[in-house]
Amino acid sequence: MKHKSLAIPYVGWMALFVVAPLILVVVYAFTTREGGFTLDNFSNMVQYAGVFGRSFLLAFLATLVCILLGYPLALLLAREQSRLRGMAMLLIMLPMWMNFLLRTYSWVFLLERNGFFNTLLETVGLPKLDIIGTPAAVVLGMVYNFLPFMVLPIFSVIEKIDPRVIEAAQDLGANSAQVFRRVIFPLSLPGVLSGVTMVFIPSVSTFVISRLLGGGMNLLLGDLIEMQFLGSAYNPHLGSAISLVMMVIVLVSMGLMNRFGEGEGEAVLL
Amino acid sequence: MSKELIRLTDLRMVFDDEVVLNSINLYINDQEFLTLLGPSGCGKTTTLRIIGGFQRPTSGDVFFDGVRINDVPPHKRKVNTVFQKYALFPHMNIFENVAFGLRIRKVPPAELKRRVEEALELVNLPGYGKRSVDSLSGGQQQRIAIARAIVNRPQVLLLDEPLGALDLKLRKDMQIELKKIQQQVGITFIYVTHDQEEALTMSDTIVVMDKGSIQQIGTPEDIYNEPKNAFVADFIGESNIIDGVMYADGVVGLYGKLFPCLDKGFDKDEPVDVVIRPEDIDIVPEDQGQLTGTVTEVTFKGVHYDTIVDFRGFKWLIQTTDYSPVGSRIGVKIDPDGFHIMKKSAYSGTFGDYSSYSDAYDELNEGPEGEDGHEA
Repeated sequence: MKHKSLAIPYVGWMALFVVAPLILVVVYAFTTREGGFTLDNFSNMVQYAGVFGRSFLLAFLATLVCILLGYPLALLLAREQSRLRGMAMLLIMLPMWMNFLLRTYSWVFLLERNGFFNTLLETVGLPKLDIIGTPAAVVLGMVYNFLPFMVLPIFSVIEKIDPRVIEAAQDLGANSAQVFRRVIFPLSLPGVLSGVTMVFIPSVSTFVISRLLGGGMNLLLGDLIEMQFLGSAYNPHLGSAISLVMMVIVLVSMGLMNRFGEGEGEAVLL
Repeated sequence: MSKELIRLTDLRMVFDDEVVLNSINLYINDQEFLTLLGPSGCGKTTTLRIIGGFQRPTSGDVFFDGVRINDVPPHKRKVNTVFQKYALFPHMNIFENVAFGLRIRKVPPAELKRRVEEALELVNLPGYGKRSVDSLSGGQQQRIAIARAIVNRPQVLLLDEPLGALDLKLRKDMQIELKKIQQQVGITFIYVTHDQEEALTMSDTIVVMDKGSIQQIGTPEDIYNEPKNAFVADFIGESNIIDGVMYADGVVGLYGKLFPCLDKGFDKDEPVDVVIRPEDIDIVPEDQGQLTGTVTEVTFKGVHYDTIVDFRGFKWLIQTTDYSPVGSRIGVKIDPDGFHIMKKSAYSGTFGDYSSYSDAYDELNEGPEGEDGHEA
């Protein structure tokens, strides 16, 4: 009984800041400016199909790159016993302690037409590269900002694998490649799943990264939604509808992924 | 019995300046059930892990079938291990767990299926293949771990305290079952345990270890009846260990009295440790006893009474079905074969006194009869 009363502040908090806004979003999505019921907000969205596609594609690419970079790193760190590990963890965490905007801005300076990298290329006598304003730059920004969210969950899952299970596999004749493929990798999938969730969702809804590094040419869902609420195209009803659809798509894909993860398939995600 | 399969020569293991194994020399015969027995920290698990290939000895060699295998990694050794906490693969069902080694070896599907089913039958869990690891009890998981190892038909099975996590009843059943499995499949078992009863029940050979050294190697009967030193005598079963003097072949002196015994071959007047097992002592009326003492504590144990008797300040444990009340004066009688004489060793004087049994009792009861120094 006593325990239940302790939950009241949280329930209140959730009702106020999670449930209520969600209801507002739903209400806005299905109404017109005058307050009548409508589905126009959804049918109008068709014109933004390209933005949807680009957002999910770039977020997918960023997630993929994060897995490809983050998994080996996490594996290496989790199996590493020395002091190197603490140092490496610190280096991975360090950027996260800096302001998100600042981090992203710094990439602007690095990638600009007359930025750091191009100056470097020029002095070596190589032609300049136009990276800023491309989808690649956006993906780069996403990977840079969200990579730790991929590394950490994978690392902690691999680290918790019982070393005796690995010894058992060796004992039964598995060489290191087989140990990885048959034991370590399948046991690390829950970490990959949460890593994917933690990278994909912020990537698909980001607007800072695309605005700064995409140079206005690579409009993402986040930008689109922001424009509906704060920008020139003020239309919170459309913005709510887009948010709602995005949320449903994300929820469905996460649900599907978790369903796969529980099965016994080994390489579901890769 | 049969030919030698594994030989350990001069194994030494040092972790951070701590000597874990000190000059282990041991050979293990084909199809033998050998038990490494000792208290925790004695080096028995390290020895097993060296045989399994999970640790490299600091110095010394491991031979398998005459070939030195120090540098052979675990996955290339012809041994399989049953781990202490089973270490089943949590992401696979029971069938896949058992099939793991066969899949690595690319055994054809039909044969694989047949062998896995045979192994499950052997451990008495037929039809469990589709179950998940979580759905099995500890005893069942243990049997799956055994099946997973045995299905590969290793020449040697290493078992690291496999029954440690099970309750007493289950442990007893599994002991019998393990012995049965070993005889059925006819492979060498190297078994690590700290449970002396387990070792006595199952083994062909027991290796008693302490502080990184082998204390004694022998059959269960040898180890129990002819312990080499006070450590072995105390670790294997209950023992009263008393200072004595060997006056001549077949004559041992205790408390200044002479007793006939069966042991021979000691120097004249050599100081020795005398082991008397609690069940080898008969309680008789005071006037008929070879020694007399005062009962200080009696505990009912079901089959017998644990009776603590004070002989001139040295307390003995006697296990008998006769009840003697606390405080009574009794005599004891010991047959010549009840004495076992050991040479003095580093362990002399550290084991075999049951005073600690009755400390609390003594403090409570400073009775008129409770003084030491009664005539023996």
